[in-house]
Order: sequence, then structure tokens, then C-alpha cells
Amino acid sequence: MTSLQFDIAHLLAGGMLVLSLLLLYQDRILATLNVFALQAIVLSLAVAWQAYVQGAMHLMVTAVIALVVKGFVIPGALNRIVYRLGIHREIEQVIGAGPTMLTGLGLIALSILLVMPVKVGVTALAREDLAFALAVILLGLLMMITRRNAVTQIVGFMSLENGLILAATGAKGMPLVVEISVAFSILIAFSVFGIFVFRIRERFDTVDLGALDRFRRERSTLQ
Amino acid sequence: MAIIYELAAQGMQMILVLAVAPFILGVTRRFKARLLRRIGPPLLQPYRDIWKLMHKEAVMAHGASWLYRSTPYLLFASTWVAAALIPTYSTGLLFSWSADLIAIVALLATGRFALALAGMDVGTAFGGIGSSREMLIASLAEPAMLLVVLTVSLVAGTTQLSAIAEHMIHGSVGLRVSLGLVLFAFVFVAIAENARIPIDNPATHLELTMVHEAMVLEYSGRHLAMIEAAAALKLTLYFSLLVCLFFPFGIATGDKSIVAFAIGLGFYLSKITLLAVLLPIGETAVAKMRVFRYPIFLGGAFATAALAVFLLFVSQGF
Repeated sequence: MTSLQFDIAHLLAGGMLVLSLLLLYQDRILATLNVFALQAIVLSLAVAWQAYVQGAMHLMVTAVIALVVKGFVIPGALNRIVYRLGIHREIEQVIGAGPTMLTGLGLIALSILLVMPVKVGVTALAREDLAFALAVILLGLLMMITRRNAVTQIVGFMSLENGLILAATGAKGMPLVVEISVAFSILIAFSVFGIFVFRIRERFDTVDLGALDRFRRERSTLQ
Repeated sequence: MAIIYELAAQGMQMILVLAVAPFILGVTRRFKARLLRRIGPPLLQPYRDIWKLMHKEAVMAHGASWLYRSTPYLLFASTWVAAALIPTYSTGLLFSWSADLIAIVALLATGRFALALAGMDVGTAFGGIGSSREMLIASLAEPAMLLVVLTVSLVAGTTQLSAIAEHMIHGSVGLRVSLGLVLFAFVFVAIAENARIPIDNPATHLELTMVHEAMVLEYSGRHLAMIEAAAALKLTLYFSLLVCLFFPFGIATGDKSIVAFAIGLGFYLSKITLLAVLLPIGETAVAKMRVFRYPIFLGGAFATAALAVFLLFVSQGF
């Protein structure tokens, strides 16, 4: 592998990580959706580059799936949900952008420290991809923890899944069947999420998941 | 003979930054005014302002100490030295060995420290609030700046500006996402340090938004002239630093003939003039931030720079 190939792969995977951090930083819902779409597009570029470098053409299919489904279909559908719920102007109370970012940086450092010592039988590219993918996954989890709005939690989950795909493409030999079924399960999960969001909204007049907590507390005091 | 030539080249760089700084400020002001559909001051207006202030009486507040009187000169001197050290048209000048990135950050911090003290010296409320905000910004911007320094010096293997510029031109830098991130963080820091929108508005005297202007509110005459000149120099310094670290193409390296210097000078002047045009475009596009949003703005810069360091470690190994 030449150093330019490595640098481009590094650039794209690093770009995904930057966008993950940017997702944590956004407090407007529509901006979050845009960043998420951008991350999926960068993901598809990264996967396509891996397909080219490894000479594995079936990865191209993965790239196309990522581009179409996660770059356009899901963000577009989420956009529609947000408009139909009438929360497109809402600014979400993130638990302090500063602490969240610092925690995110800590998670990135952690995943790099965790993966980088692995030296046996792995190429530098795969190792680096794995480190970045782990970081993206952890940041997605962090986003799900820090957000209270159902829609942004979905975005956190989807960005976590972006990290999984990145990890899978870095490691050689992920069968296409697995890939396609993952893509479909994501779509199904997405539609389930969508229904849930509307149910929550119907029931509590909000998509703020703090309402669920309050509800549960009332129930437990009654018993 | 050779040493005289080298001295002349270094001296010319010192004079150059001083001479060009008010012009750069004039370009930004003029261009900003044109973007707002005003005619704007002439390009040479900052020179005239400084000239005029030099000939005015310097009014001193009652109870002003020696600190208040000496701060403008200290500020001007430290900023000038820092600006003169940055390679502009050529690398490897006589004093280039002392042009260390960390030293430049420290020089700027010295000037800022003196100015913050002077802001509090007279005991007005405005001076105090200006100093306190300036320190808030500095305490957030400096860690980000040091991470930028760390990343750039890790890529180049040195903190010497001249060597960094040469490495960026000749060395095998490749495609580095870290450098892009660091550029982003550097621009954020530069905006904050130069008191530009969205952190501070350099043109206003509205008390709610003042940071830099609040500190220097009591100054007049030649003292104010020194401070204004230092502010112009600081802007030029950050432009030069940006050009030197990230876009050093065209700079004279090795070849120390008059022709190479002239080419380097032409490239340098056109690059910083371009930056002086880009800055007001960015400024016009955004609104001034609330003071309590500064930590998020500069925290973003810090996070970006930290991420750049991490990515660099991943690609280069420990």
C-alpha cells in the first residue's frame, strides 16, 4: 500500500470522526440531520476507497447502500418526521456542550489507546480503521446518552451503526449477505423508531424522553 | 559583507511587517465597509490615524501608575518582535533560529498580560470588565493555540517556524487531515485573539460588547497610537503565521538572491492581502456572539485541535 492510499483512507475515516464530534456539538435538530447525512456520505466514500484499495468490488455495493439509504433516504424521512412533529425549530438542551465534547475526546483517546497496541497480523490501515470505528461507535453511544429528544437519539443510533460499517469494511472479508441484511435491519429499526416517536408524541404531547421518566416515577410511587 | 547583507534582509523583514500592518488593517476596514454598502475610509487611513494620535496630547487619568504609562510601549514592542520573527518572504534569515512558535505565543501572552493589568490600573469599571473578558478569552484560546503548535511541530519535527515552512514546501507532508483540522482551529483562535466578530467587534464602542476596546478606553495620544499600531501588527502577525504554517509556497528557501526575495515578497503581500479581504467576508456573514457563548466557540477550536493531535498519533504511531 502506498502512503497516498493510506493518507486518503486516513482522511476519510478521520473525517467521519470529526463529523461524529460535530454531531455531539449540534443543538439544532435540522443541523443534526444534515451532519448525519454528511457523515453517511463520507462513510460511503471511505467504503468505496477501501473497495478500491483492497480490490474487493462487493464493498462497492456496501458503499452504494450506505450512500442511498443512510445518506439520503433516512435523513430525508427524519426531516419529514421533524417537520410533521413541528419540532424543526427546536433547540435541544444538550447537557453542556463543553463537558460532552471533553467526554467525547476522552472516548476517542480511549479507543485509540485500546486498538493501537494491536500489532500482530494486522495492517496499519485496518488497525487505524478499527480505532476510528470504535471511536465513532462510542461517540454514537454518548450521543444517545446525552440527548433527550427521541429524533436525535435515533440519529445517535444511526451514527453508531455508521461506525459498525466502517469497522466491518476495514476488516477483510465481510460477506455481502451480512451487509445487506444489516442494511435492511437498519431500515426496519428505523421504521419501528418512527412509529415509536409518533406513539410517544400522541401519548405525552412531546418527544422529550424526560417525559417517560416522569411518567415511570409517578407509576412507581403509586404502587 | 555577507553579514551586512544578512542583517539587511532581517532588518527589512522587521520594517516590512511594521510598514504593511496598517495597510492590511485599512484593507479589511475598507472592504468591510464596501460589503455593508458604505464607501469606507481610504486604504491609508490607519497610517493617518496613528500619525494624528502621535501628535495629540496624552491625557492621563488621576492615579495612573507607571504601569499604565509603560504598557503601550511594552505591548507594541512584544508584538513587533513576535511579528518580525515570523518568516515572511524568506526562510533562514539571520535571526530565524529564535523564531520559535512557542516563543511567539509567549511574546503575545506577555503583551496581553500587560494590557490586562493596565486596563485595571486606573480603576474604572470598563477597564476591569474588559480585562476580565480578555483573560477569559485568553485562557480558552491559548490551550487551543498550543495544541495547534503541538500538531504542526509533530508534523514538521520542530517548533522553528523557518524549518516548518521549509518542511511544508520540500518535505513529504502528504495528505494530512490533521493539518486541515488544525487550520480550522487556528482560524478560530486568530479570530478570538484579534478581537474580530463573532468574539468581539473592533468597530464598536457599545459597552455590552466591548472587550479589547474596554481595556484601552482610557488611553489617548501617543499611548493610544502605540496600542492601535500593536493591534494592526497583531492582525498582520496572525496572517503571516497562517501563511507561513499552512501556505508557505513562493517563499524564498535557500536561494538568497534579490530576485528570490522579490518573488517571496510578492507572494507574501498578495497572500496577506487576500486574507485581509477574506476576513471581512467571514465577519459580515456571522453575528456577534454572546459572551457566554465564547467557551463553546473556543472549546470547539480546542476539540478540533485535540482531535488533530489524536489523528496524527494514529497515522504516525507513538
